[in-house]
Amino acid sequence: MKQLLYSQRLAPYLFIAPFVITLVVFWMIPVGQSVVMSTQEVLYGETTPVGFRNYERLWQDRLFWQALFNSARYMVLTLAILIPIPMVLAALVCNSIGSPRIKNFFKASLFVPALTSVVVAGIVFRLMFAETGTGLMNQIISVIGLGPVRWLREDVPGLIALLALATWRYTGVNTMYFIAGIQSIPGELYEAASIDGASRRQQFFRITIPNLRPTLVYVTTISIYGGLAMFLESFMLYAGNGSPNNQGLTVIGYLYRRGIEENDLGFASAVGVVLLVVILAINLTQLTLSGTFRKEADR
Amino acid sequence: MARHRMWTSLAAVALSAGLVAACGGPGGGDQPTGGPNEDGVTTLSVWVFAELHGAFYEQMAESWNEENPDRQIELDITVYPYQDMHNKLQLALNSGEGLPDLVDIEVNKFSNFVRGDNPPLVDLTEAAQPYIDDVVQARLDLYSRDGKIYGYPTHVGAMVAFYNATLLEEAGVDYTTIRTWDDFEEAGVQYHEATGKEFGIASTEVFFTEPLTIAQLGGNIFDESGNVSVDNPEVTEAMEMWQGMLEAGAISTIPGGSPDSEEGYGAINNGDYAAVVYPAWYTSRFVDYMPDLEGDIAIAPAPVVEGSDVLTIGGGGTGMSIPKGSPNEELAADWLAYAKLSPEANVAVWEVLGFDPVNMAVWEDEAVTHNPDNKFNQYFQTNVFDVLNEVKDGISHFEGFAHPDLPAVNNTFTTVTLTEIYENGRSVPDALAQAQSDLQTELGQ
Repeated sequence: MKQLLYSQRLAPYLFIAPFVITLVVFWMIPVGQSVVMSTQEVLYGETTPVGFRNYERLWQDRLFWQALFNSARYMVLTLAILIPIPMVLAALVCNSIGSPRIKNFFKASLFVPALTSVVVAGIVFRLMFAETGTGLMNQIISVIGLGPVRWLREDVPGLIALLALATWRYTGVNTMYFIAGIQSIPGELYEAASIDGASRRQQFFRITIPNLRPTLVYVTTISIYGGLAMFLESFMLYAGNGSPNNQGLTVIGYLYRRGIEENDLGFASAVGVVLLVVILAINLTQLTLSGTFRKEADR
Repeated sequence: MARHRMWTSLAAVALSAGLVAACGGPGGGDQPTGGPNEDGVTTLSVWVFAELHGAFYEQMAESWNEENPDRQIELDITVYPYQDMHNKLQLALNSGEGLPDLVDIEVNKFSNFVRGDNPPLVDLTEAAQPYIDDVVQARLDLYSRDGKIYGYPTHVGAMVAFYNATLLEEAGVDYTTIRTWDDFEEAGVQYHEATGKEFGIASTEVFFTEPLTIAQLGGNIFDESGNVSVDNPEVTEAMEMWQGMLEAGAISTIPGGSPDSEEGYGAINNGDYAAVVYPAWYTSRFVDYMPDLEGDIAIAPAPVVEGSDVLTIGGGGTGMSIPKGSPNEELAADWLAYAKLSPEANVAVWEVLGFDPVNMAVWEDEAVTHNPDNKFNQYFQTNVFDVLNEVKDGISHFEGFAHPDLPAVNNTFTTVTLTEIYENGRSVPDALAQAQSDLQTELGQ
């Protein structure tokens, strides 16, 4: 017994056991059950196997493709906004802005939105983007002479509102990641560069960005997942899962509508499985291309 | 030291084993073991999604205890947010664990819980017998499947018309002459041309008024075998009538997508719209959210289609049900019938909740209905019960509202179809054909 417990070969497995067990129990088993459920019709304690019928219906459903398009569009746009802007902000916070007190104030105020509940933020944004002339956003754009916009009732303005909410909320989080990344870059690199006569701008593009690669890969990965799995922001902004012409419907919103609102849990499981496959495919491609899977020595 | 390390690794094993055990054990439910406690009081757990409903049930439990000293009950009421409560109930029913004794179910969600051949709710037909003659049958039908009642209604929610009489008078329109939808359209055009403001409302996000006209035309959104049928002649005629009114200027879309939204209340309160055709429970929205209109609003019967027997239908509602497996089924059912269907209860429905009660005996009790201290009676120019008594024999049940696939149809209409017809000016047959084919794919029909 004693020998077993002190065995060199067994120890690593013992140490990772808590993680592996939670992964299996809370993740692998539910995923497996979802895959099984996706081939069934589920109704109050009764399940009827239906083969691949749920997937067939999913493939033919116009709404699914629309939801996938909406999610993909949102994901791409959040990547385009929520990576460059926080990176520049992080560089500014680390280098350019005066006293540490101002820096800390700046950091804290950037991060506050992330601490706000999406539910509260969603309601506030919904009222800000009200379509009446008295709504805050309509008042603001009227200053530059634009007429009232029916924000949440038209496709592009609705998307702008959604992106505004996402930008407001997640800029701070991403900025923190980049600040952490920038702070781990050795100061000697910048020192050497400035002795060689490199400008601030050159330093940013030649030193900061290349050295931020691990952070970039990480932020991109979670942003892809976060973008495709977005649900709550749209749900709160449109005060529910329904939006004009489904312009705010995301894949998770679609899953929720079919599974919970229309009580078709088998079909919803199929949606979940497809989403899992899509996200895995995108993330694995991205991680392979960015070289994350290569061994340290090969890089 | 060695001993210490061994304990550490043992602790790690114990911790992970504990994690596994935590989710393998029986789920702790709210359902009590049943039967009365030593004081002879039975505790019934209740889930509701509206706090006001909870207050009403407490009141009904008190008066039940006074009348039934040998069958005392105590309610353990939990108020959840609307969406949460229905989700929780659905998961509890699917897993068969953690169920309450009684639960409020909103009508749009109700279909989900009576799907399949073996609904997970208790058959309440028998407990309703003492009151059934006085209760609006259409409302029981809404919560019934195959002749069995699975839930008791809270209110009728009869569709009526609310007119801003002050504004209409200024524009020279007499709302009392509006009887049919043609009259409604004519009055709307006249008002719109005289004032430049909007008259009626085309809701893109709530599907209530269109079903009223479909029902008046004798149509349905499902065919006889229960398959979805939203492009049939009656639905087409009804939707064309609505689009026609929109094009003529008699109705217009509203900020927020329906009268029942924050932006909608604001617009109506502002006098931007002069006519709202909505269920009778909308009275409470006027009183609570549109204080500026006190004394301006008159309630009248909803417009009709010429020659139709159907004068109005009920819209919206909440039914209370008993999930199967409750150990207190019988007591819960008896109390529920008392709390929802008895005349005493229905007086409270009006006085506490301000809803049009389902027990019609109350409608004729002038002491209750015309009580001058009642805040609803004070707010409106006309009395809602006068209107209800006028349409009493024409309150019909719109079968589509009780169909298991209603949530799917409702989702399609309130997200796509109504927007296409009212906002994007798409032709009605086109928009309906699209809805029909989307729904058929979705439902696998």
